[in-house]
Amino acid sequence: MLASVRKWLDVRFDWATLTAPLRKKTVPVHELSHWYFLGGITLFLFGIQVGTGILLLLYYRPSSNEAFESVQYIMTRVQFGWLVRSIHSWAANLMIFTAFCHMFSVLFLRAYRKPRELTWLSGMLLLFLAMGFGFSGYLLPWNTLAFFATKVGTDIAGQVPLIGRPLMIFLRGGEEVTGATLSRFFGFHVAVLPGITTLLILVHLALIQRLGMSVPPAVEPQRTPVRQQSREMHFFPNFLLRELMAWYIALGVLGALAALSPWGLGTKADPFASAPAGIRPEWYFMFMFQTLKLIPAKIWRVDGEMIGILGFGAAGVVWTLLPFLERSGKGRGQRWALGAGIFALAYMTSMTVYGYLAK
Amino acid sequence: MDTSRNKYAMRLLSPFLTALLLSAVARAQAPNTCLDCHIALDPPYKVTDEQFSQDIHAQKGLTCASCHGGDPSKDDQDAMSKKAGFRGKIERKDVPAVCGRCHSDGAYMRRYNPSLRTDQFAQYLTSVHGKRRVQGDDRVAVCTDCHGVHDLRPASDTRSKVHPLNIAQTCSRCHADVAYMKKYSIATDQFAGYSASVHHEALNLRGDLSAPTCTTCHGNHGAAPPGVSTVQNVCSTCHVFQAQLFESSPHRAAFAAASLPGCVTCHSNHRISHPTDAMLGTGAESVCTNCHTDGDAGYQAATQIAQQLERLDTSAKGASEILDRAESAGMEVSDAWLEQDQARDSLTKSRVAIHSFNPARVQEEIAAGLQITAKTHAEGIAALKERDYRRRGLALSLLAIVAVVIGLSLYLRKIEARQQ
Repeated sequence: MLASVRKWLDVRFDWATLTAPLRKKTVPVHELSHWYFLGGITLFLFGIQVGTGILLLLYYRPSSNEAFESVQYIMTRVQFGWLVRSIHSWAANLMIFTAFCHMFSVLFLRAYRKPRELTWLSGMLLLFLAMGFGFSGYLLPWNTLAFFATKVGTDIAGQVPLIGRPLMIFLRGGEEVTGATLSRFFGFHVAVLPGITTLLILVHLALIQRLGMSVPPAVEPQRTPVRQQSREMHFFPNFLLRELMAWYIALGVLGALAALSPWGLGTKADPFASAPAGIRPEWYFMFMFQTLKLIPAKIWRVDGEMIGILGFGAAGVVWTLLPFLERSGKGRGQRWALGAGIFALAYMTSMTVYGYLAK
Repeated sequence: MDTSRNKYAMRLLSPFLTALLLSAVARAQAPNTCLDCHIALDPPYKVTDEQFSQDIHAQKGLTCASCHGGDPSKDDQDAMSKKAGFRGKIERKDVPAVCGRCHSDGAYMRRYNPSLRTDQFAQYLTSVHGKRRVQGDDRVAVCTDCHGVHDLRPASDTRSKVHPLNIAQTCSRCHADVAYMKKYSIATDQFAGYSASVHHEALNLRGDLSAPTCTTCHGNHGAAPPGVSTVQNVCSTCHVFQAQLFESSPHRAAFAAASLPGCVTCHSNHRISHPTDAMLGTGAESVCTNCHTDGDAGYQAATQIAQQLERLDTSAKGASEILDRAESAGMEVSDAWLEQDQARDSLTKSRVAIHSFNPARVQEEIAAGLQITAKTHAEGIAALKERDYRRRGLALSLLAIVAVVIGLSLYLRKIEARQQ
């Protein structure tokens, strides 16, 4: 059956020539090769997001009067609506988690080195876009926690020097978080961000396809030219089937989370109510939120929060441009990048834990 | 150099100089020589500047002379001369009349506070305090006993002795004093009772200023105990529906015939505790059995009403428990919770309806509540079934996923063996 389909395609499209690069493509095999799966899992979760997001669009209504009720309707009345919405929410969080893991694995395995600078750059932009997806999607159910977290989040954006206030007005669609904010967050979430993300994913995949998988310097000496040949695996079908297994496992985890802990809805946002206690952002913004809370109001007559925001902005730029900066640092650059990576991971983890434990 | 230093010094000193000048002007405009001496005197003649400055009368521009007469602009004995109208210490018996001079004068009071009532003195004369005062009892309360003397604050000020939060304490200074009240042969446990009451809890612990204190039921200036026949009128100012039901109930005539006060007979007066369903029926805490005995119609009605309430209460609790379980399993049951609120409303309405002492009337509310709890209970059960269905679905899906992963793994092993 498969052979006849292949033959049918071959006659019409020269399928064998088209898929030749895929068959030739190999993946290095070594003790750290399991880290290669993280990017694929993140891509799979993005696919899940697109699929479930389209299904949610069938019922979701992006207005402050109807958003909460429409999500409630999805959760209670639509056949398997609870499953679709819970998977969408859980997959969003898992996607950002695996994207962070992927970024740190690339950093520690030093896969961003020449010639893969642009792969790193596109990956970092994709990570920021994923966080943008999270931030914009969080508001869409229009519940109390999301409403006030968005208020706090956009307030923080308003602290950015020079462009802060216009940026805040742009994000909110006015001075306050209102139905106008919901409309534009919906627009970002379902049109602007998916468009840019899809484009960047294609660029990212094309770069990986063109440059191949990086072999970590730590395992490079073990790979003699003779042995190297034997320690490669075909991308198709060997690696792809393994990746497929990882996707299935991710699907199982997603299903278990959705069935055992369906994503809550909370109470409808009331813009005139006072903010409830314990307002916090999504976990992936927590390290920044907690840091800004700990920074003194004034540092040498300068607004402390603004210094914090500038600090995170500068760190983000440095991180994104890491391959270019490391090259100029030469030998010592490798050490500072590794040290910075360990510090960043420890700092983000501890601040996130602290943020959840602190009252 | 010197000039600039002087300018700098002047700039520094100017706020103090301005304050000093304003203070001197103020003193020159309204001299009050009374305080100059009375600050230094011992109690009861001592009046401090701080005390007097907090007084509402002083704040409105009145002086010592407004009540005591005299001429505070003079700084010798002329200030307290009869010629200057000095009255000196106002006797207790004269206090209501002195206060009433201004507070009963509508035209005068409008200048200071147009919304303030001017019937306090007239009311006082109808009160037990006022009546006894007229009869020559010098121990009963006069205006200053409750409102204070030289540091008198408006009732809206939380530091005032007559602020709602402080009234019970103010009344208790006399009414809880066994020795002081001995002469009048009335109880002195009202404050202790009130302090343990649901009204005190609402007012002082929850800060609900609409909750009653002594003056809410007894009146303030016209303070008197409500009579047996009118006590329900007092309670009904807040508990409107209960009072309406009581008025049309068989208890209305029965209580009147037995000279029993309406609400107080079952709920007590000062020590009004939170009513419970146990007060109904024929159990140990029942108040119905104080009058009704086994076999009479009231006994049967009490038993029936208690059973009705218990049925709805149990049903509402059962539905809440099911919904709690469903919610903690992550099920979306917010609609059912909204309906459950209506069931609780029905329970509250039923508890109000018991004041009709008519099982048929109570049943109307009970039936409405039971209908809701049956629905919410069913919704809870359906949510739990849905939870189980999801878990079964998850188990099957996980089995399928494990099977696919194992299959892929075996297939990989096979093709890799072939490749080697």
